[in-house]
Amino acid sequence: MIFSFDLLFEAVLFGVLLGCFYAAVSIGLSVSFGLLDVPHVAHPAIMILGSYCTYIVSGWGLDPILSGIVLMPAFFVLGVLIYRFYYETFERRGTEAAVRGLAFFFGLAFIIEVGLILAFGVDQRTVQAPYIGSSLALGDYRIPYRMLVAFGVALVLTAALTLYLSKTFTGRAIKAVAQDEPALRLMGANPVRIKQWAFGIATGVSALAGAMLIIVGPVEPAMDRVYIGRTFCVVVLAGLGSMTGTLAAGLILGIAESIVLMMLGASWAPAVAFGLLLIVLGIRPQGLFGR
Amino acid sequence: MRGSRRKVLKAGAALAAASALPGKAFAQAGPVKIGMSMPQTGSLGAGGQAALVALRLWVDDVNQRGGLLNRKVELIAYDDQTNPANVPGIYTKLLDVDKVDLLIAPYGTVPTAPIMPMVKQRNLLLMGNFSFQVNAKVQHDMWFNNSPWNDASSWSDGFVKAGQEAGAKSIAFLAADQEFAQNLANGARELSKKANIKAVYDQNYPPTTTDFSSLIRGIRAARPDMVFVMSYPNDSVAIIRAVNEIGVGSSVQVFGGGMVGLQFTPIMTSLGSLLNGVLNYNSYVPGMKYPGIEDFLSRYAKRAADAKVDPLGFYLPPFNYAIGQMLEQAVNATKSLEHRRLAEYLRKNEMKTVVGPIRYDKMGEWANPRVVQAQFRGVADKDTEQFRQAGKQVVIYPEEYKTGNVITPFEKARSAK
Repeated sequence: MIFSFDLLFEAVLFGVLLGCFYAAVSIGLSVSFGLLDVPHVAHPAIMILGSYCTYIVSGWGLDPILSGIVLMPAFFVLGVLIYRFYYETFERRGTEAAVRGLAFFFGLAFIIEVGLILAFGVDQRTVQAPYIGSSLALGDYRIPYRMLVAFGVALVLTAALTLYLSKTFTGRAIKAVAQDEPALRLMGANPVRIKQWAFGIATGVSALAGAMLIIVGPVEPAMDRVYIGRTFCVVVLAGLGSMTGTLAAGLILGIAESIVLMMLGASWAPAVAFGLLLIVLGIRPQGLFGR
Repeated sequence: MRGSRRKVLKAGAALAAASALPGKAFAQAGPVKIGMSMPQTGSLGAGGQAALVALRLWVDDVNQRGGLLNRKVELIAYDDQTNPANVPGIYTKLLDVDKVDLLIAPYGTVPTAPIMPMVKQRNLLLMGNFSFQVNAKVQHDMWFNNSPWNDASSWSDGFVKAGQEAGAKSIAFLAADQEFAQNLANGARELSKKANIKAVYDQNYPPTTTDFSSLIRGIRAARPDMVFVMSYPNDSVAIIRAVNEIGVGSSVQVFGGGMVGLQFTPIMTSLGSLLNGVLNYNSYVPGMKYPGIEDFLSRYAKRAADAKVDPLGFYLPPFNYAIGQMLEQAVNATKSLEHRRLAEYLRKNEMKTVVGPIRYDKMGEWANPRVVQAQFRGVADKDTEQFRQAGKQVVIYPEEYKTGNVITPFEKARSAK
């Protein structure tokens, strides 16, 4: 084991960047699963779809992050359609249907994966941008710009979603539907339309997260499987539905993983991440920021 | 009415005559079925799909020549998704439901390992497909690997020697936590120990690792003279990128060794100039001459373009075509599909293939391994065609294929032309 305070500082610094990346890829799930209780296991697959769409759009000369932003409205519509289908076929038929909904989302993930393979093949895809492949030198430290982009995207997404959910009428309605759906119905609001809107937002956010994913590293169609465990871990650790909690949980996971990777050994990293989740759930079953 | 019936009869006769023209007449006994699982998705999918193009090319070629034992050859290949858990089920189906006559292993060590006990128990001939030491413990006497390596030294020797020539006294190991990389790492550790090279960093990483910056920082802090990396394709890309961004340190003389994926054209093209200086293993690089290889590669390239797979196909495809050639020679010589007889023939005779002559040792690995260690030099960005040139991968090892000396240290090699 190699130890020095410089290395520890570097591990923490990089853990913060990695944590923000984890938060950014999980924040859409925090809305769909955390707030809406939809077992959205296709979230990482939709993100990969976002990565491939970014690959196409950035091929026309647009910056990858801008491509992700341009794609958000289309993904919003896609999210609305997916939720509508899920609602009509599963959710409206009662609680048992939600379990069958899990199979629906697995199926959706599989269809996206196979569709991407048919359209693009199984080779990895990357995008080009000035901030990919270079790093910021701060004394002896070198910080990859692509991770700084992930850091920025995570902060902006968290701040935007937190403000939206707390300051706007629709945002507050989304939080209300998560807490007490019948009460919202009594207030004259249509919970299904609110959930549909929220799911659209979660899917739209996935487009930007997908753009960030292909900036951080190459993607291939089956890559969603790597992120299923990690994204759910972040959302559950945060406490279902908390946006700032998602950022905090991502940071905790990222810093823990980075320190373990650098100091103890890479094989321990997943064990530490999921061990941390077990400990937190043992002490606070509602998660770190859940109520 | 009569006129139209005559026209129909004429058209039918013409169609029957036309369909009989290009093909060969096969015996009534049904096709010779060759079965395999192949990673067509997942981390080894890109390699697996390219390999399948080559195997299908051989199937078409052999059918043009009249098939095997005058029977048409049919290839049955299922996607194992690079998931070893899927592989035993696929082979059980191939044997018990599809009733295949011959078996080829999936590409890679990890997907192959789970079926080794089964083929040994059932006494089946298995043509290996770029596995590494997968038969070392099972010791099945009907296993024949197509890969140009045998033991750990055949793979790592060239890399360790290149480091020694540069005066390396210490080494860092970074290995994926799975069968192939661990087999290779164990051998490399022993080799470096024998060469009095001290291991100053030794890490295994789980296959789910998404970013390698922390590990590269750890290696840099250990200040090794050599860095031996044993990784799978997605990891290899992430590692090369992290090295480019963070730097691996000025002490490092040679970097690479066992990185799978840096032989795949799409990956080489996407990494471009980031590859410069990396010294890594390969199975074939332009400039190596074997009878038939150039004809094979040009025919492969046409099919690869349609299949949207590796357009150059230097790494796996010729060796997969060679599997077909070896089966063809063994079946034609023994006039049999009996596994024991075919295995005996393969063990005793030299096979003539597009990757040169192959003779097997008692473990079913190449008696004369031909793994090359080649250093990337002067690679430009976004240019696939450049890799057809001989100088982009300078062969450092073995002596008989050597086209240049290793440039050290690694930082200097990165800017060398």
